[in-house]
Amino acid sequence: MENSKTPRTVPIQSETFSNPVNAEIRRAAATGIYDIRGGGAKRKVPHFDDLLFLGASVSRYPLEGYREKCETSVTLGTRFAKNPIELDIPVTIAGMSFGALSGPAKEALGRGASMAGTSTTTGDGGMTPEERGHSSKLVYQYLPSRYGMNPDDLRKADAIEVVVGQGAKPGGGGMLLGQKISDRVAEMRTLPQGIDQRSACRHPDWTGPDDLEIKILELREITNWEKPIYIKVGATRPYFDTALAVKAGADVIVIDGLQGGTAATQDVFIEHVGIPTLACIRPAVQALQDLGLHREVQLVVSGGIRNGADVAKALALGADAVSIGTAAMVAIGDNDPKWEEEYQKLGTTAGAYDDWHEGLDPAGITTQSPELQARLDPVEAGRKLRNYLKVMTLEAQTIARACGHNHLHNLEPEDLCALTMEAAAMAKVPLAGTDWYPGKTGF
Amino acid sequence: MQTYNLEADGLRGLNSALHAQNDTVTEDSWEVTNPKGSHAIACGLDAPIEVTIKGSTGYYCAGMNQRATVHVEGSVGPGVAENMMSGQVIVAGDASQYAGATAHGGLLVVRGNASSRCGISLKGADIVVQGNIGHMSAFMAQAGNLVVCGDAGDALGDSLYEARIFVRGTVKSLGADCVEKEMRPEHLEILKYLLERSGCDAKPEEFRRYGSARQLYNFDVDNAQAY
Repeated sequence: MENSKTPRTVPIQSETFSNPVNAEIRRAAATGIYDIRGGGAKRKVPHFDDLLFLGASVSRYPLEGYREKCETSVTLGTRFAKNPIELDIPVTIAGMSFGALSGPAKEALGRGASMAGTSTTTGDGGMTPEERGHSSKLVYQYLPSRYGMNPDDLRKADAIEVVVGQGAKPGGGGMLLGQKISDRVAEMRTLPQGIDQRSACRHPDWTGPDDLEIKILELREITNWEKPIYIKVGATRPYFDTALAVKAGADVIVIDGLQGGTAATQDVFIEHVGIPTLACIRPAVQALQDLGLHREVQLVVSGGIRNGADVAKALALGADAVSIGTAAMVAIGDNDPKWEEEYQKLGTTAGAYDDWHEGLDPAGITTQSPELQARLDPVEAGRKLRNYLKVMTLEAQTIARACGHNHLHNLEPEDLCALTMEAAAMAKVPLAGTDWYPGKTGF
Repeated sequence: MQTYNLEADGLRGLNSALHAQNDTVTEDSWEVTNPKGSHAIACGLDAPIEVTIKGSTGYYCAGMNQRATVHVEGSVGPGVAENMMSGQVIVAGDASQYAGATAHGGLLVVRGNASSRCGISLKGADIVVQGNIGHMSAFMAQAGNLVVCGDAGDALGDSLYEARIFVRGTVKSLGADCVEKEMRPEHLEILKYLLERSGCDAKPEEFRRYGSARQLYNFDVDNAQAY
């Protein structure tokens, strides 16, 4: 008989078959259906946290924080549009639909963005009068589903964003489950109330870059060449997608990385398709530089932007602006711990709630329930978003001044170093304390 | 009648002149000569005017039309009358892919044949094709009517929502969730109206009706093989 004092092997959890992995296997076995959720990739990937700014030193001098100006404005759409969009700050609000989000949430985004001097963006399902009314600058998304698409709204927009894909699901369409298809959402999308609304993964009337060029010609003709035309892609092959978007006639390229959110998609899609935001900026910038159009065709980067440091890093790598979605939702109240009791009832916790497609959001943001959405005060939430955007801008300015720049756009890759080999390779900036990054020749 | 030579005077000039009618109509009859397959001719119109295009066009002719009547005395490239809201577009010849894609309202008449994906994501407009239509027509069509006086290709009405499809000839195959449905008196009335409006002498009784079985409206894992 074994002595109770005999040393035993301690239980070891498998790194491959971890508890969450096993739980998902059991869930799949019980239900027979894949997991659908909102948000972006939750896995840890190389990100802006893996970069640092070098700051000023003997070789360059800084600007005085409270005395010397550091400009933040950006103009988008200077290539062909008669009326480019002029923004006070290089942080825009990404496309999120009325339907995925409640009316008060869309209003709050419009209010906050307008107060901060930036643009907001429609989403699948079209433009609501409230959204147009509260957004001083509104980008109208032109999506594969064309739900709610009409030429009157097209003409009311300040810019048009042709959505080819998004970072959470490059190559995928959308799914708004029936519980969020209220009468108003159904009417806007010309669908029966309560059915699952599928959004197509590709446009119904063009397929490749040659067709896209003609589609853009049509959009420009309809709007008398007034509106900037953006092309939004999910980050996959950023060099070639950027080059082809330029060839198709885009004024602005929007690249959305792996961490970019969605209202609802399969978890396997969110976590396993696309490349991180950090990895897509340099190739996109390289494509623009190779074409001699860097800064003439503007680059907007999105996916996991959280603070002014992220903004500054994206701009230093060559972006003209960034776009935020998830962070804007958090700013107006998404996943707020004050609703913890209700998150617990939904089987989750504040910070992890991502079943946005179910329409039960305690914060009243990703829901069409009149009772839940009444919890969100759009005026107060708009103010919070304004504050958050201001803080991001101040933070980015702080870093830019420390690097000696009087405009955020003067930040450059030479201001950065990387903490990891992966980040150094993706961002093409030297590993901290060295002058080398993977792939750099001459060694 | 205002005549515009597209080859000589350019697309921008034509569409600008036509859009100028949106506020106040100063000339209600327009003729466009030498279209020569150009794209985006007469797109974005929003006035009760009549435009006759004397020849064939490229992509997106009469795209997003509102209120205007556009005649094409030739054939049209992909996406004719895409996202039309109202008015009429009448094509004397054949239509390429995506004819009437996502159109919300108005009437599109194709006197010849229409290629694949005719009426894709249709959102309320009426389409009458006097010849045949290609594969995947009325894919994900949400509302409106697609009338086909000839035959339909493969996968007709795949993933259909609430649009109605009427076919006089044969259907090569039906797409997922599309089924033949009973032709009731109200459907015969709709057909009669559309056939008369489009100048087609076919009889409503000669058609069969197809619509959604509504089995894919809410995701069910047991239907996974249909996706």
